[in-house]
Amino acid sequence: MLIYPIAALGLIGLIFGLILATAAKIFAVETDPKIEEIKNIVPGANCGACGYAGCAKFAEAVVHGDVEPGGCIPGGEDVTNEIGRVLGIEVSGEASPIATVFCIGDIYKTTDRFIYDGVKDCAISERMYGGHKGCAYGCLGFGNCARVCPFDAIRMGTHGLPIIDVEKCTGCGLCVKECPRDLIQLLPPGNNGHLALCTSQDRGKAVSKVCEVGCIACKACVKACPINAIEMEGKLAVINLEKCDDCGDCFEACPPVTIHPRSAIPSEKEAEEAAAAPKEVSESA
Amino acid sequence: METLLPILFIYIFIDNFVLHRFFGICPFLGVSRRMETAIGMSMAVIFVMTMATLVTWLLHTYVLIPFNLTYLQIVTFILVIASLVQLVEIVLRKISPTLYQGLGIFLPLITTNCAVMAVALLAVRQEFNLLQAIVFAIAASLGFSLALVIMAGIRERLELAEMPGILEGSAVTLITAGILSMAFLGFQGMLTL
Repeated sequence: MLIYPIAALGLIGLIFGLILATAAKIFAVETDPKIEEIKNIVPGANCGACGYAGCAKFAEAVVHGDVEPGGCIPGGEDVTNEIGRVLGIEVSGEASPIATVFCIGDIYKTTDRFIYDGVKDCAISERMYGGHKGCAYGCLGFGNCARVCPFDAIRMGTHGLPIIDVEKCTGCGLCVKECPRDLIQLLPPGNNGHLALCTSQDRGKAVSKVCEVGCIACKACVKACPINAIEMEGKLAVINLEKCDDCGDCFEACPPVTIHPRSAIPSEKEAEEAAAAPKEVSESA
Repeated sequence: METLLPILFIYIFIDNFVLHRFFGICPFLGVSRRMETAIGMSMAVIFVMTMATLVTWLLHTYVLIPFNLTYLQIVTFILVIASLVQLVEIVLRKISPTLYQGLGIFLPLITTNCAVMAVALLAVRQEFNLLQAIVFAIAASLGFSLALVIMAGIRERLELAEMPGILEGSAVTLITAGILSMAFLGFQGMLTL
Protein backbone atom coordinates (compact mmCIF):
# COMPACT_ATOMS: atom_id res chain seq x y z
CA MET A 1 0.00 0.00 0.00
CA LEU A 2 2.78 2.37 -0.96
CA ILE A 3 0.50 4.18 -3.37
CA TYR A 4 -1.58 6.06 -0.78
CA PRO A 5 1.15 8.06 0.94
CA ILE A 6 2.74 8.95 -2.40
CA ALA A 7 -0.57 9.93 -3.92
CA ALA A 8 -1.66 11.88 -0.86
CA LEU A 9 1.55 13.87 -0.54
CA GLY A 10 1.79 14.38 -4.29
CA LEU A 11 -1.76 15.66 -4.53
CA ILE A 12 -1.43 17.98 -1.54
CA GLY A 13 1.80 19.35 -2.97
CA LEU A 14 0.22 19.82 -6.38
CA ILE A 15 -2.79 21.68 -4.98
CA PHE A 16 -0.66 24.02 -2.91
CA GLY A 17 1.68 24.57 -5.84
CA LEU A 18 -1.25 25.58 -8.03
CA ILE A 19 -2.61 27.94 -5.38
CA LEU A 20 0.81 29.56 -4.98
CA ALA A 21 1.30 29.90 -8.73
CA THR A 22 -2.05 31.65 -9.13
CA ALA A 23 -1.35 33.90 -6.16
CA ALA A 24 2.04 34.84 -7.60
CA LYS A 25 0.29 35.82 -10.86
CA ILE A 26 -2.44 37.84 -9.16
CA PHE A 27 -0.21 39.60 -6.67
CA ALA A 28 2.84 40.02 -8.92
CA VAL A 29 4.91 43.08 -8.06
CA GLU A 30 6.37 44.83 -11.06
CA THR A 31 10.07 45.43 -10.64
CA ASP A 32 12.32 47.40 -12.92
CA PRO A 33 14.39 44.96 -15.03
CA LYS A 34 17.27 47.41 -14.75
CA ILE A 35 17.52 46.62 -11.03
CA GLU A 36 18.08 42.97 -11.81
CA GLU A 37 20.67 43.87 -14.45
CA ILE A 38 22.64 46.13 -12.13
CA LYS A 39 22.50 43.51 -9.39
CA ASN A 40 24.39 41.26 -11.76
CA ILE A 41 27.00 43.93 -12.53
CA VAL A 42 28.00 44.98 -9.01
CA PRO A 43 30.57 42.85 -7.18
CA GLY A 44 27.99 41.32 -4.86
CA ALA A 45 30.19 41.34 -1.79
CA ASN A 46 27.51 43.26 0.19
CA CYS A 47 30.28 45.28 1.78
CA GLY A 48 28.10 48.33 2.43
CA ALA A 49 30.72 50.85 1.30
CA CYS A 50 28.06 52.63 -0.76
CA GLY A 51 26.03 53.31 2.37
CA TYR A 52 23.24 50.90 1.48
CA ALA A 53 22.46 47.59 3.12
CA GLY A 54 23.88 45.33 0.46
CA CYS A 55 24.27 45.31 -3.29
CA ALA A 56 20.58 44.73 -4.04
CA LYS A 57 19.60 47.89 -2.16
CA PHE A 58 22.30 49.84 -3.99
CA ALA A 59 21.02 48.61 -7.35
CA GLU A 60 17.54 49.81 -6.43
CA ALA A 61 18.85 53.21 -5.32
CA VAL A 62 20.86 53.68 -8.51
CA VAL A 63 17.87 52.94 -10.70
CA HIS A 64 15.71 55.34 -8.68
CA GLY A 65 18.42 57.98 -9.06
CA ASP A 66 19.11 58.27 -5.32
CA VAL A 67 22.80 57.64 -5.80
CA GLU A 68 25.33 58.21 -8.58
CA PRO A 69 26.44 55.18 -10.61
CA GLY A 70 29.92 55.73 -9.18
CA GLY A 71 28.56 55.02 -5.68
CA CYS A 72 29.86 51.47 -5.76
CA ILE A 73 33.40 52.09 -4.56
CA PRO A 74 34.70 48.52 -4.78
CA GLY A 75 33.32 48.17 -8.30
CA GLY A 76 35.56 50.97 -9.50
CA GLU A 77 35.58 52.30 -13.02
CA ASP A 78 34.41 49.15 -14.79
CA VAL A 79 31.25 48.78 -12.75
CA THR A 80 30.52 52.50 -12.95
CA ASN A 81 30.72 52.41 -16.74
CA GLU A 82 28.60 49.27 -16.92
CA ILE A 83 25.91 50.81 -14.71
CA GLY A 84 26.03 53.93 -16.85
CA ARG A 85 25.46 51.77 -19.93
CA VAL A 86 22.42 50.07 -18.36
CA LEU A 87 20.94 53.40 -17.29
CA GLY A 88 21.87 55.01 -20.60
CA ILE A 89 23.77 57.91 -19.09
CA GLU A 90 27.32 59.21 -19.39
CA VAL A 91 29.44 58.65 -16.33
CA SER A 92 32.94 59.63 -15.40
CA GLY A 93 34.63 56.85 -13.53
CA GLU A 94 37.17 57.62 -10.87
CA ALA A 95 39.75 55.15 -9.70
CA SER A 96 39.08 53.87 -6.19
CA PRO A 97 41.11 54.92 -3.16
CA ILE A 98 43.50 52.58 -1.42
CA ALA A 99 43.60 51.71 2.24
CA THR A 100 46.89 52.48 3.98
CA VAL A 101 47.95 51.51 7.49
CA PHE A 102 49.42 54.43 9.41
CA CYS A 103 51.67 52.42 11.72
CA ILE A 104 54.98 50.72 11.05
CA GLY A 105 55.68 49.75 14.63
CA ASP A 106 56.11 46.02 14.08
CA ILE A 107 56.64 43.53 16.91
CA TYR A 108 60.44 43.90 16.72
CA LYS A 109 60.45 47.67 17.05
CA THR A 110 57.83 48.13 19.75
CA THR A 111 57.33 47.03 23.34
CA ASP A 112 54.30 45.56 25.04
CA ARG A 113 52.84 46.84 28.29
CA PHE A 114 51.79 43.43 29.50
CA ILE A 115 51.43 39.87 28.30
CA TYR A 116 48.05 39.57 26.63
CA ASP A 117 46.55 36.12 26.75
CA GLY A 118 43.00 37.03 25.75
CA VAL A 119 41.04 36.56 22.57
CA LYS A 120 43.13 37.45 19.53
CA ASP A 121 41.01 40.42 18.59
CA CYS A 122 42.12 44.03 18.36
CA ALA A 123 38.86 45.45 19.70
CA ILE A 124 38.91 43.16 22.73
CA SER A 125 42.54 43.92 23.51
CA GLU A 126 41.80 47.61 23.12
CA ARG A 127 39.06 47.37 25.73
CA MET A 128 41.32 45.47 28.11
CA TYR A 129 43.09 48.35 29.87
CA GLY A 130 43.58 50.12 26.54
CA GLY A 131 45.48 47.42 24.67
CA HIS A 132 48.60 45.39 25.32
CA LYS A 133 50.82 47.46 23.09
CA GLY A 134 53.21 49.93 24.70
CA CYS A 135 52.04 52.59 22.29
CA ALA A 136 48.47 53.66 22.89
CA TYR A 137 48.08 54.52 19.21
CA GLY A 138 49.89 51.70 17.41
CA CYS A 139 48.63 48.62 15.58
CA LEU A 140 47.53 45.86 17.95
CA GLY A 141 48.28 43.28 15.33
CA PHE A 142 45.40 40.80 15.71
CA GLY A 143 44.12 41.43 12.22
CA ASN A 144 40.53 42.57 12.66
CA CYS A 145 41.06 44.51 9.42
CA ALA A 146 42.18 41.36 7.61
CA ARG A 147 39.13 39.45 8.86
CA VAL A 148 36.67 42.12 7.85
CA CYS A 149 38.07 42.64 4.34
CA PRO A 150 35.60 41.10 1.87
CA PHE A 151 38.12 41.17 -0.95
CA ASP A 152 40.94 39.31 0.73
CA ALA A 153 43.19 42.33 0.23
CA ILE A 154 44.62 42.39 3.76
CA ARG A 155 46.72 39.76 5.43
CA MET A 156 48.65 39.85 8.67
CA GLY A 157 52.43 39.76 8.23
CA THR A 158 54.72 37.80 10.51
CA HIS A 159 55.93 41.15 11.82
CA GLY A 160 52.53 41.79 13.38
CA LEU A 161 51.25 44.43 11.01
CA PRO A 162 48.61 44.16 8.31
CA ILE A 163 49.83 44.10 4.73
CA ILE A 164 47.50 45.58 2.15
CA ASP A 165 47.49 44.24 -1.36
CA VAL A 166 47.00 47.40 -3.41
CA GLU A 167 45.94 45.35 -6.41
CA LYS A 168 43.06 43.77 -4.52
CA CYS A 169 42.09 46.75 -2.35
CA THR A 170 38.92 48.36 -3.62
CA GLY A 171 38.76 51.18 -1.10
CA CYS A 172 35.48 49.99 0.39
CA GLY A 173 36.58 51.34 3.77
CA LEU A 174 35.37 48.44 5.93
CA CYS A 175 38.82 48.09 7.52
CA VAL A 176 38.84 51.83 8.24
CA LYS A 177 35.68 51.41 10.26
CA GLU A 178 36.83 48.17 11.87
CA CYS A 179 40.22 49.30 13.24
CA PRO A 180 39.67 50.21 16.92
CA ARG A 181 42.62 52.59 16.75
CA ASP A 182 41.68 54.30 13.47
CA LEU A 183 45.03 53.48 11.92
CA ILE A 184 43.79 52.89 8.39
CA GLN A 185 43.09 55.73 6.00
CA LEU A 186 41.84 55.77 2.45
CA LEU A 187 44.33 57.54 0.23
CA PRO A 188 44.02 58.53 -3.42
CA PRO A 189 45.26 55.83 -5.80
CA GLY A 190 48.82 55.77 -7.03
CA ASN A 191 52.01 55.59 -5.01
CA ASN A 192 53.56 59.03 -5.27
CA GLY A 193 54.25 61.12 -2.22
CA HIS A 194 55.72 60.42 1.17
CA LEU A 195 53.83 59.51 4.33
CA ALA A 196 54.56 59.86 8.02
CA LEU A 197 53.36 56.42 9.12
CA CYS A 198 52.39 57.13 12.69
CA THR A 199 49.35 58.41 14.56
CA SER A 200 50.85 58.91 18.02
CA GLN A 201 50.04 62.13 19.79
CA ASP A 202 52.39 61.31 22.65
CA ARG A 203 55.47 63.37 23.50
CA GLY A 204 58.71 62.45 21.75
CA LYS A 205 60.24 60.81 24.79
CA ALA A 206 57.19 58.70 25.50
CA VAL A 207 57.08 57.59 21.88
CA SER A 208 60.72 56.58 21.63
CA LYS A 209 60.38 54.55 24.83
CA VAL A 210 57.82 52.21 23.27
CA CYS A 211 58.55 52.42 19.53
CA GLU A 212 61.72 52.84 17.49
CA VAL A 213 59.93 54.24 14.47
CA GLY A 214 57.20 56.46 15.94
CA CYS A 215 56.96 60.16 15.20
CA ILE A 216 58.78 62.02 18.00
CA ALA A 217 57.53 65.42 16.85
CA CYS A 218 61.06 66.75 16.29
CA LYS A 219 59.87 68.83 13.33
CA ALA A 220 63.00 67.93 11.34
CA CYS A 221 60.79 67.03 8.37
CA VAL A 222 58.85 70.29 8.60
CA LYS A 223 62.12 72.17 8.36
CA ALA A 224 63.51 69.91 5.67
CA CYS A 225 60.54 70.17 3.34
CA PRO A 226 61.34 72.75 0.65
CA ILE A 227 57.70 73.33 -0.30
CA ASN A 228 56.04 73.43 3.13
CA ALA A 229 53.94 70.35 2.51
CA ILE A 230 54.37 69.07 6.06
CA GLU A 231 52.51 70.44 9.04
CA MET A 232 52.42 69.49 12.68
CA GLU A 233 49.03 68.33 13.91
CA GLY A 234 49.54 68.30 17.64
CA LYS A 235 52.58 66.09 18.25
CA LEU A 236 52.47 64.43 14.88
CA ALA A 237 53.89 65.35 11.49
CA VAL A 238 51.34 65.12 8.70
CA ILE A 239 52.36 65.28 5.06
CA ASN A 240 49.92 66.87 2.65
CA LEU A 241 49.80 64.38 -0.22
CA GLU A 242 48.36 66.91 -2.62
CA LYS A 243 51.36 69.17 -2.19
CA CYS A 244 54.10 66.54 -1.80
CA ASP A 245 56.37 66.38 -4.85
CA ASP A 246 58.22 63.25 -3.74
CA CYS A 247 61.62 64.92 -3.25
CA GLY A 248 62.46 62.68 -0.33
CA ASP A 249 64.11 65.34 1.86
CA CYS A 250 61.81 64.54 4.78
CA PHE A 251 62.60 60.82 4.52
CA GLU A 252 66.31 61.61 4.87
CA ALA A 253 65.78 64.10 7.67
CA CYS A 254 63.48 61.95 9.85
CA PRO A 255 65.53 60.61 12.81
CA PRO A 256 63.33 57.59 13.66
CA VAL A 257 62.52 57.02 9.96
CA THR A 258 58.79 57.33 10.48
CA ILE A 259 58.52 58.84 7.02
CA HIS A 260 58.59 56.56 4.05
CA PRO A 261 57.85 56.98 0.36
CA ARG A 262 54.45 55.51 -0.43
CA SER A 263 56.08 53.21 -2.95
CA ALA A 264 58.34 51.71 -0.28
CA ILE A 265 56.36 51.11 2.89
CA PRO A 266 58.49 48.66 4.94
CA SER A 267 57.62 45.10 4.05
CA GLU A 268 57.42 42.11 6.30
CA LYS A 269 60.74 40.82 4.97
CA GLU A 270 62.54 44.08 5.63
CA ALA A 271 61.18 44.14 9.15
CA GLU A 272 62.44 40.61 9.80
CA GLU A 273 65.86 41.37 8.35
CA ALA A 274 66.16 44.53 10.39
CA ALA A 275 65.28 42.56 13.50
CA ALA A 276 67.81 39.83 12.69
CA ALA A 277 70.64 42.27 11.99
CA PRO A 278 72.85 43.38 14.94
CA LYS A 279 71.67 46.53 16.67
CA GLU A 280 74.77 48.66 15.93
CA VAL A 281 74.55 48.06 12.19
CA SER A 282 70.92 49.02 11.93
CA GLU A 283 71.54 52.17 13.90
CA SER A 284 74.54 53.32 11.88
CA ALA A 285 72.82 52.57 8.60
CA MET B 1 -19.04 25.04 23.38
CA GLU B 2 -18.29 25.72 27.00
CA THR B 3 -14.65 24.70 26.49
CA LEU B 4 -13.97 27.47 23.95
CA LEU B 5 -13.58 30.29 26.44
CA PRO B 6 -11.23 28.31 28.72
CA ILE B 7 -9.14 27.32 25.69
CA LEU B 8 -8.86 30.95 24.70
CA PHE B 9 -7.84 32.01 28.21
CA ILE B 10 -5.49 29.12 28.87
CA TYR B 11 -3.45 29.49 25.68
CA ILE B 12 -3.20 33.26 25.83
CA PHE B 13 -2.17 33.58 29.46
CA ILE B 14 -1.54 30.34 31.32
CA ASP B 15 0.06 28.17 28.69
CA ASN B 16 1.51 31.06 26.70
CA PHE B 17 3.37 29.63 23.71
CA VAL B 18 6.36 31.91 24.00
CA LEU B 19 6.67 32.59 27.70
CA HIS B 20 5.63 29.23 29.10
CA ARG B 21 6.30 26.71 26.35
CA PHE B 22 9.25 28.57 24.80
CA PHE B 23 8.11 28.10 21.22
CA GLY B 24 9.03 30.74 18.62
CA ILE B 25 11.79 32.41 20.59
CA CYS B 26 13.61 33.40 17.39
CA PRO B 27 11.03 35.90 16.09
CA PHE B 28 10.21 36.83 19.69
CA LEU B 29 13.74 38.19 20.09
CA GLY B 30 14.27 39.09 16.46
CA VAL B 31 11.38 41.39 15.58
CA SER B 32 10.55 42.79 18.99
CA ARG B 33 12.81 45.80 18.58
CA ARG B 34 10.12 48.05 17.16
CA MET B 35 6.41 48.04 17.92
CA GLU B 36 5.48 48.42 14.25
CA THR B 37 7.25 45.27 13.09
CA ALA B 38 6.13 43.41 16.21
CA ILE B 39 2.48 44.10 15.38
CA GLY B 40 3.05 43.22 11.72
CA MET B 41 4.68 39.95 12.70
CA SER B 42 1.85 39.20 15.11
CA MET B 43 -0.73 39.70 12.36
CA ALA B 44 1.22 37.44 10.00
CA VAL B 45 1.57 34.76 12.68
CA ILE B 46 -2.11 34.96 13.67
CA PHE B 47 -3.08 34.46 10.04
CA VAL B 48 -0.60 31.69 9.36
CA MET B 49 -1.33 29.79 12.58
CA THR B 50 -5.09 29.90 12.19
CA MET B 51 -5.04 28.99 8.52
CA ALA B 52 -2.41 26.30 9.09
CA THR B 53 -4.41 24.72 11.88
CA LEU B 54 -7.61 24.81 9.86
CA VAL B 55 -5.98 23.16 6.84
CA THR B 56 -3.91 20.66 8.80
CA TRP B 57 -6.88 19.65 10.94
CA LEU B 58 -9.00 19.05 7.85
CA LEU B 59 -6.19 17.14 6.14
CA HIS B 60 -5.54 15.09 9.23
CA THR B 61 -9.19 14.20 9.81
CA TYR B 62 -10.30 13.62 6.23
CA VAL B 63 -7.14 12.40 4.50
CA LEU B 64 -4.55 11.07 6.92
CA ILE B 65 -6.84 9.17 9.30
CA PRO B 66 -9.09 7.49 6.69
CA PHE B 67 -6.07 6.32 4.71
CA ASN B 68 -4.12 5.34 7.82
CA LEU B 69 -1.37 7.79 7.00
CA THR B 70 -0.96 9.53 10.34
CA TYR B 71 2.78 8.82 10.21
CA LEU B 72 2.90 11.43 7.41
CA GLN B 73 1.67 14.07 9.86
CA ILE B 74 4.86 16.07 10.14
CA VAL B 75 5.68 16.00 6.43
CA THR B 76 2.24 17.15 5.34
CA PHE B 77 2.08 19.78 8.05
CA ILE B 78 5.41 21.22 6.94
CA LEU B 79 4.09 21.30 3.38
CA VAL B 80 0.99 23.17 4.47
CA ILE B 81 2.85 25.69 6.63
CA ALA B 82 5.52 26.38 4.02
CA SER B 83 2.90 26.99 1.34
CA LEU B 84 0.87 29.27 3.59
CA VAL B 85 3.89 31.34 4.50
CA GLN B 86 4.74 31.68 0.83
CA LEU B 87 1.21 32.83 0.19
CA VAL B 88 1.37 35.42 2.96
CA GLU B 89 4.71 36.63 1.63
CA ILE B 90 3.41 37.06 -1.92
CA VAL B 91 0.31 38.89 -0.76
CA LEU B 92 2.14 41.08 1.75
CA ARG B 93 4.76 42.10 -0.79
CA LYS B 94 2.00 43.45 -2.97
CA ILE B 95 -0.27 45.14 -0.47
CA SER B 96 2.22 46.42 2.13
CA PRO B 97 5.84 46.76 0.95
CA THR B 98 6.75 48.67 4.14
CA LEU B 99 5.66 45.82 6.36
CA TYR B 100 7.34 43.38 3.98
CA GLN B 101 10.63 45.28 4.38
CA GLY B 102 10.18 45.62 8.13
CA LEU B 103 9.64 41.92 8.69
CA GLY B 104 12.55 41.10 6.42
CA ILE B 105 13.96 37.63 6.89
CA PHE B 106 11.52 36.81 9.71
CA LEU B 107 8.62 36.48 7.34
CA PRO B 108 10.00 33.42 5.50
CA LEU B 109 11.25 32.26 8.88
CA ILE B 110 7.66 31.75 10.06
CA THR B 111 8.00 28.57 8.03
CA THR B 112 10.46 27.29 10.56
CA ASN B 113 8.74 28.91 13.51
CA CYS B 114 8.17 25.95 15.76
CA ALA B 115 5.18 27.66 17.35
CA VAL B 116 3.20 27.20 14.11
CA MET B 117 4.13 23.54 13.83
CA ALA B 118 3.39 23.05 17.52
CA VAL B 119 -0.11 24.47 17.20
CA ALA B 120 -0.90 22.21 14.26
CA LEU B 121 0.45 19.12 16.00
CA LEU B 122 -1.04 19.86 19.43
CA ALA B 123 -4.48 20.59 17.94
CA VAL B 124 -4.51 17.10 16.51
CA ARG B 125 -2.91 15.41 19.49
CA GLN B 126 -5.35 16.98 21.99
CA GLU B 127 -8.20 15.62 19.85
CA PHE B 128 -9.91 18.98 19.53
CA ASN B 129 -12.84 19.26 17.18
CA LEU B 130 -12.59 21.74 14.31
CA LEU B 131 -14.05 24.69 16.21
CA GLN B 132 -11.92 23.99 19.25
CA ALA B 133 -8.83 23.61 17.08
CA ILE B 134 -9.40 26.98 15.44
CA VAL B 135 -10.02 28.71 18.75
CA PHE B 136 -6.90 26.99 20.07
CA ALA B 137 -4.87 28.33 17.14
CA ILE B 138 -6.24 31.82 17.56
CA ALA B 139 -5.52 31.73 21.28
CA ALA B 140 -1.99 30.44 20.78
CA SER B 141 -1.22 33.08 18.16
CA LEU B 142 -2.79 35.80 20.31
CA GLY B 143 -0.58 34.61 23.16
CA PHE B 144 2.41 34.83 20.85
CA SER B 145 1.34 38.34 19.79
CA LEU B 146 0.80 39.39 23.39
CA ALA B 147 4.32 38.31 24.36
CA LEU B 148 5.77 39.98 21.26
CA VAL B 149 3.95 43.26 21.81
CA ILE B 150 4.81 43.42 25.51
CA MET B 151 8.42 42.73 24.64
CA ALA B 152 8.47 45.38 21.90
CA GLY B 153 7.01 47.96 24.30
CA ILE B 154 9.64 47.18 26.91
CA ARG B 155 12.48 47.18 24.40
CA GLU B 156 11.48 50.51 22.92
CA ARG B 157 11.84 52.02 26.37
CA LEU B 158 15.03 50.10 27.16
CA GLU B 159 16.56 51.64 24.07
CA LEU B 160 16.49 55.01 25.83
CA ALA B 161 17.66 53.72 29.19
CA GLU B 162 21.25 54.04 30.27
CA MET B 163 22.83 50.86 31.48
CA PRO B 164 26.27 49.33 31.96
CA GLY B 165 27.92 48.27 28.70
CA ILE B 166 27.83 44.55 29.41
CA LEU B 167 24.04 44.60 29.72
CA GLU B 168 23.33 46.43 26.49
CA GLY B 169 21.68 44.78 23.52
CA SER B 170 20.89 41.08 23.60
CA ALA B 171 21.94 40.59 27.24
CA VAL B 172 19.24 42.83 28.64
CA THR B 173 16.75 41.46 26.11
CA LEU B 174 17.27 37.92 27.35
CA ILE B 175 17.06 39.00 30.98
CA THR B 176 13.81 40.85 30.20
CA ALA B 177 12.43 37.78 28.47
CA GLY B 178 13.25 35.69 31.52
CA ILE B 179 11.55 38.08 33.93
CA LEU B 180 8.54 38.30 31.64
CA SER B 181 8.33 34.53 31.58
CA MET B 182 8.46 34.39 35.37
CA ALA B 183 5.74 37.01 35.59
CA PHE B 184 3.49 34.82 33.47
CA LEU B 185 4.10 31.94 35.89
CA GLY B 186 1.67 33.80 38.13
CA PHE B 187 -1.21 32.54 35.95
CA GLN B 188 -0.22 28.95 36.62
CA GLY B 189 -3.00 26.71 37.94
CA MET B 190 -5.82 29.18 37.45
CA LEU B 191 -7.68 26.99 34.99
CA THR B 192 -7.42 23.55 33.48
CA LEU B 193 -9.29 21.99 30.62
